[in-house]
Amino acid sequence: MLRPMLGEAWHAMGSNKLRTALTMLGMVIGVGSVVLMMAIGQGAQYAVAQTISTMGSNLYVIIAGWTQSAGVRTGGGYGFTLRLGDAEAIAELDDVVTVAPVHQGTRQLIYGGKNWNAVVVGSTPSYLDARSWALASGSTFSDEDVRSATRVALLGKTVIENLFDPGEDPVGKTIRLQNTPFEVIGTLASKGQNLDGRDQDDTIIIPLSTAQRKVFGVPFAGSVRVIMVKAASAEAMPLVEKSVTSLLRQRHRLRDDQDNDFYIRNLAAAADTAAETTRVMSMLLGAIASVSLLVGGIGIMNIMLVSVTERTREIGIRMAIGARKKDILAQFLLEAIMLSVTGCLIGLVLGIGGALLVNRLTDMVIVISGGAVLVAFAVAAGVGVFFGFYPARKAAALDPIEALRYQ
Amino acid sequence: MTENAPDEVIRVVGLGKSYVTPAGPFPALKGVDLTIRRGEYVAIMGPSGSGKSTFMNLLGCLDTPTMGDYYLVGRNVAHLQSDELAILRNRTIGFVFQGFNLLPRMSLEDNVALPLVYAHLEREPRRRKAREMLAKVGLDGYAQSVPAKISGGQQQRVAIARALINSPSLILADEPTGNLDSHTSEEIMALFRQLNDEGITIVIVTHEHDIADHAKRQVRFLDGLIVSDLQTTRTPEAAPPE
Ligand SMILES: Nc1ncnc2c1ncn2[C@@H]1O[C@H](COP(=O)(O)OP(=O)(O)OP(=O)(O)O)[C@@H](O)[C@H]1O
Ligand SMILES: [Mg+2]
Repeated sequence: MLRPMLGEAWHAMGSNKLRTALTMLGMVIGVGSVVLMMAIGQGAQYAVAQTISTMGSNLYVIIAGWTQSAGVRTGGGYGFTLRLGDAEAIAELDDVVTVAPVHQGTRQLIYGGKNWNAVVVGSTPSYLDARSWALASGSTFSDEDVRSATRVALLGKTVIENLFDPGEDPVGKTIRLQNTPFEVIGTLASKGQNLDGRDQDDTIIIPLSTAQRKVFGVPFAGSVRVIMVKAASAEAMPLVEKSVTSLLRQRHRLRDDQDNDFYIRNLAAAADTAAETTRVMSMLLGAIASVSLLVGGIGIMNIMLVSVTERTREIGIRMAIGARKKDILAQFLLEAIMLSVTGCLIGLVLGIGGALLVNRLTDMVIVISGGAVLVAFAVAAGVGVFFGFYPARKAAALDPIEALRYQ
Repeated sequence: MTENAPDEVIRVVGLGKSYVTPAGPFPALKGVDLTIRRGEYVAIMGPSGSGKSTFMNLLGCLDTPTMGDYYLVGRNVAHLQSDELAILRNRTIGFVFQGFNLLPRMSLEDNVALPLVYAHLEREPRRRKAREMLAKVGLDGYAQSVPAKISGGQQQRVAIARALINSPSLILADEPTGNLDSHTSEEIMALFRQLNDEGITIVIVTHEHDIADHAKRQVRFLDGLIVSDLQTTRTPEAAPPE
């Protein structure tokens, strides 16, 4: 029964090609845009998740602020309120796993005939822990290196690509930074972009003391701009924030009426916001695209209603030779489903093609999941059934005599 | 009263039909009794508006009566549901219309085979039987043609082939020659007579006496009632030459 009906539905679709094409267009655009939007939305979510995983988890960043006396800021630009002693004191707090004082800035690197501007990070060995950053080769520097301000460096992937020839092993080579030679002792695993879109692999890491003495210079010995604090767990983070704040206020001798002379930032919270934003964005995109699916469905319903009216006599003839109500219902339902599923298939192809094109033309991440494709397909079939049902029922409810008399 | 002789194909008792019109119910058929036995060839006549088509549609299970009973091959079908009526239209009755009523987008073979689709027959036996029926009505070789490409007489043959395909107990034809010229009409009537000679029960509505003369029995309607019912002995020699 299904076979001849499928054949007839196909035949009916082919009998008025322009109308069929125009009817399907709604479905094509609907499914195509749903697939495209889902691919872009999921891609964005994937990219954010990817970035978050490279950031290091349960991390607080404490940034030096300004000393205030009676509401007047003293000094300008970055403050120098944080001291190495603060970092050491924070490390003693409960639920603090790692503390890494950081001083960073952009400087020129020279190796052989090439030069390259990279972010220079001066820190302690715990920096790699705090950032969950692995080495690709070589070894990291030690606390002893920090104490004696040795000139050793760890290079990120982008730095290596721009300073060294392809295939050349940087470990053991000597590069120049601020006219000071540094021995490369290790290379860093790739991390990709951070949330702001900055390339995290464009980084060179050196001991904090070396950075402060040879690269940046500090007006007050023992001061530091940034301290990274890694908490034991996500649950411990609010506690750590509180204890770090009160510890620093105490160490900086701030009175109750004085503001903090430092900023404390939760990177995970920023990341969560970014993830939530992309999630809402992709849902919104999907919702807008679904509306076009709805419009496509209404188009199918409209044309099926026209078709039922046009074919009233045919329905009468079919009933007269033995078609039952459910046969007529099935025939028109099948036609509606075929319309929407064919439109859906074309839409899928165009949507996936569009997603691949977006991926090629921009460097946007695209995720085409089988689930999304399946959902789009199921929704299209559902739309066919939903919007095809009313016209089909109208056809099935016709009285054979009335239908036969219809001119 | 409801006892049926085994060879009764149709027995209607007090059959009536009132149409609902804006001006109130309109009785088109006012209580008709008629019995038709296996192998009979009945012509139904009467002036326009006398209720012939109304009666035929009831016999053909296309419509349901508003009063009375209809025994089709011994079974009261006056109050059946639409699905059961559809099965009767499919298996027990072959209906031939004045306007042929073929599906224009389908090949003749598919047109003839369509009742078999609703009888859930497989594709191969459908095709075989459809070609058989086309050959029976003299249209072998036309299987892949379409209705628009053949003459009215040929279209009516296709419609008859379609009516015959499920080996029905009776053929009902409402003015089957109404759209045909007299020569073609004679050909169609010859076909009906041949079918009747093979034992098929036929009821045919016509306005024309020479068409009615092909039948063995003439029933005359007037104002929704049967006013005469005559056996007209027809000799086989009376058939027109082929
Ligand atoms: N669906 C309907 N609704 C209302 N009245 C109807 C309907 N069908 C038929 N009638 C009326 O019922 C009466 C009988 O109609 P019917 O078609 O049975 O006549 P008929 O004998 O077949 O006439 P003709 O020879 O012109 O075909 C007519 O007066 C007609 O107007
Ligand atoms: Mg009539």
